[in-house]
Amino acid sequence: MLAYITKRLGLAVLVALTVSILAFMLLYLSGDPALAIAGEGARQVDIDMVRKTYGFDQPIIVQFGNWLLKVVQGDLGQSIYFKTEVGTLIFTKLQTTMLLAVYSLAFALIISVPLGVLAAIYKNSWIDRLCLGVAVVGQAMPNFFFALILIMLFSITWRMLPVSGSGTWQHFVMPSIALGYYAAPAFMRLIRAGMIEVLSADYIRTARAKGLPTSSVVFKHALRNAIVPVVALAAVQLGFLLGGSVVIETIFALDGLGYLAYQSIIQKDFPVTQVIVLLLSVIYILLTLASDVANAWLDPRIRVA
Amino acid sequence: MNYSSTSLKAPLAKFSLRAGLLACAIAATAVFTLPAHAGKKNDTLGFAYDQTPENIDPYYNNVRIGVIIAANVWDTLIYRDPVTGEYKGQLAKSWKQIDDRTLEFDLREGIKFHNGEEFDADSVVFTLNFVSDPANKARQQTVTGWIEKAEKISKYKVRIISKQPFPAAIDYLATAIAIHPAKYYKEVGPTGMNLKPIGSGPYKVVEHIPGKSLTLERNKDYFKDSPKKQPVIGKVRIRFIPDRQTQMAEVMSGGEDFIMHVPKDQADKLKSFPQLQVQSGNTMRIVFLQMNSRDGTPAPQLKDIRVRHAIAHAIDREAILKNIVGGGEIINSICTPSQVGCTSQGVKVYKYDPALAKKLLAEAGYPNGFEVDLMAYRERPQTEAMINYLSAVGIKPRLGFMQYAAMRDLARGNKTALTHQTWGSNLVNDLSASTPVYFGGGADDVSRNPEVIKLLNEGDSTVDMKKRNEVYQKALSIIADQAYAVPLWTLPVYYVASKEVNFKPYHDELVRFWEMSWK
Repeated sequence: MLAYITKRLGLAVLVALTVSILAFMLLYLSGDPALAIAGEGARQVDIDMVRKTYGFDQPIIVQFGNWLLKVVQGDLGQSIYFKTEVGTLIFTKLQTTMLLAVYSLAFALIISVPLGVLAAIYKNSWIDRLCLGVAVVGQAMPNFFFALILIMLFSITWRMLPVSGSGTWQHFVMPSIALGYYAAPAFMRLIRAGMIEVLSADYIRTARAKGLPTSSVVFKHALRNAIVPVVALAAVQLGFLLGGSVVIETIFALDGLGYLAYQSIIQKDFPVTQVIVLLLSVIYILLTLASDVANAWLDPRIRVA
Repeated sequence: MNYSSTSLKAPLAKFSLRAGLLACAIAATAVFTLPAHAGKKNDTLGFAYDQTPENIDPYYNNVRIGVIIAANVWDTLIYRDPVTGEYKGQLAKSWKQIDDRTLEFDLREGIKFHNGEEFDADSVVFTLNFVSDPANKARQQTVTGWIEKAEKISKYKVRIISKQPFPAAIDYLATAIAIHPAKYYKEVGPTGMNLKPIGSGPYKVVEHIPGKSLTLERNKDYFKDSPKKQPVIGKVRIRFIPDRQTQMAEVMSGGEDFIMHVPKDQADKLKSFPQLQVQSGNTMRIVFLQMNSRDGTPAPQLKDIRVRHAIAHAIDREAILKNIVGGGEIINSICTPSQVGCTSQGVKVYKYDPALAKKLLAEAGYPNGFEVDLMAYRERPQTEAMINYLSAVGIKPRLGFMQYAAMRDLARGNKTALTHQTWGSNLVNDLSASTPVYFGGGADDVSRNPEVIKLLNEGDSTVDMKKRNEVYQKALSIIADQAYAVPLWTLPVYYVASKEVNFKPYHDELVRFWEMSWK
């Protein structure tokens, strides 16, 4: 077990290091960063000043080394655009994004659990097909498109919900639905498969034979067992939802990490972009690692692989 | 073994019913407790904009919304009438030129900043000396770099001394150079000014949430003699919404009252909404096709004047303006028509004449045209239209569409052939802010004509207006004769607003909240 964990941990560190190199290189993707920061109206002196201030005159490898050393020590640098500590900036935005991710996950579970259960109970009937249809649409439709449809219906036609912003809980309704719907199909398929397997197990027959009410059999006995793998998937999906919020937060002008990522890209605020990319990747890597370790602990066969 | 499904239906139906009722209840609560809207009813103008200023302090940002906020929250010494172009006193009563480098201002008395601090010579002297000191790293050195120092003569009299004779000073002082309260600015600096901005303008900032929103309130004590009108609308809430579709959804749903920079095709569609008005305005941003004729140009064909003339004759500017740009005006010189010193008098104009273009190309030795790179970074439909016209006479452009910084890198490194350029002059209404950038011998100059460089330098430092106009005219006609670039048009901007709002667009893209009112 220890060897397995060490191996996974080593892999995770290597992935994180690779991501950090990629994150750092993002800076050089669209031309001279000094020129980009200085902007359209800048003169040569302005650009030279920027180049010196941010150390762009040093070799790339030195810049990367300096940056990584600081990040490891917890110094995430200064935002070029907002002139504040990147750490503080990200911390203030993290709450909104966390809320959005949790709401989206909740929404995904709220629709996928009943649909998955229904699909399993009415296996191969039109209800099953309908649930499958809902899942396929969710998986296939780009979430920015779904977001625009929601805005059109709920804000423009019916005027029920505010279009954008993050002031009240109503502001979170459409973004959570748009983001959560995309995550739902994976859960649904897993629950359906789990339920079909569990419902045919002997102990369910026993429970029925004891004369337990139907709801008790389905929700207490069957679902509880079918939902175990969903918990592991939820951990990974949470990481995905945190990262997937860039588009949704931008559309709904939700003042979170994804919106900050978008702004930082537009404003060429590379210290912020780098840290967000790194942070989201590390969260994802950690959640995956946790899920791997948990699975290995539950199922010894995995440890050998 | 299969589990019988029929026996499960009844309780599940009950379960879904309960969930459905809960969902309805949540939706109903949402309807009745919608957050407060902007609009006439609340005397709050909702304005959505896509960019966030990095700092509200006018000297520490370089985005358009920063300029709009600056004009509404702060005052300048001089005011430029957007219609007549006439300069009037704002914080200054009057001014005079003492010598080539010195301007003297008599200041108004009795003006107070939003925090109660009095306006006097100290405000001017401290602000100007602070922002012109390179150590304080003002964002745009172009705006402040010309100032050597400001001096206090008496409580209401100051002098501003420029490093060199600088005729454009009046225009900078009328647009970009806002005056801060000295005591407050000394205490909090640009960072504090961003968190709690204090000016003397028609609107005061009541709340600033960086990156999210800015709320302004009418300054009831705004000084009566200001050439800006007394503000009417009670509150203005500026929200930063990055996505254009979301902005449009906001005005359609009544969540916001005013948006700008709406693309033409979208603006046309919004015209069908009965509650909205769509207006287009001109801007100071000019568009031109730059041709690299420097030594070592990657397209040596462009060194031949006949080829440059052919390109100028090949593009039907009128047709593109009418069908694609949809507003703005044709320009014949590389400068914004409203700029002091900009003229098209006596400047050669190239009519659309594809036959002549082909003939010129044949004379130059390219009867079958040639392949050439064409770089662009915005207004792609316009670029594509130009490519079509060039292809029609045999020139085969290869499009390179990229970020501005990347394109500028290439241009400065002498690696571009044709470049689809646009330039906004940072809102400065003086030719020194446009033509010299591309023809004055600097990094962005790809023609490097010594005579043009000399003339432009002379114009930039001559205080005598008549002489200045003369040398600029000469430079502009050489640029046109040589066809170093094809002057194209000015870009229009589309505004979409609630029909309840009275407003008027101006060529400087400045939204003047103080002139706006409810219908």
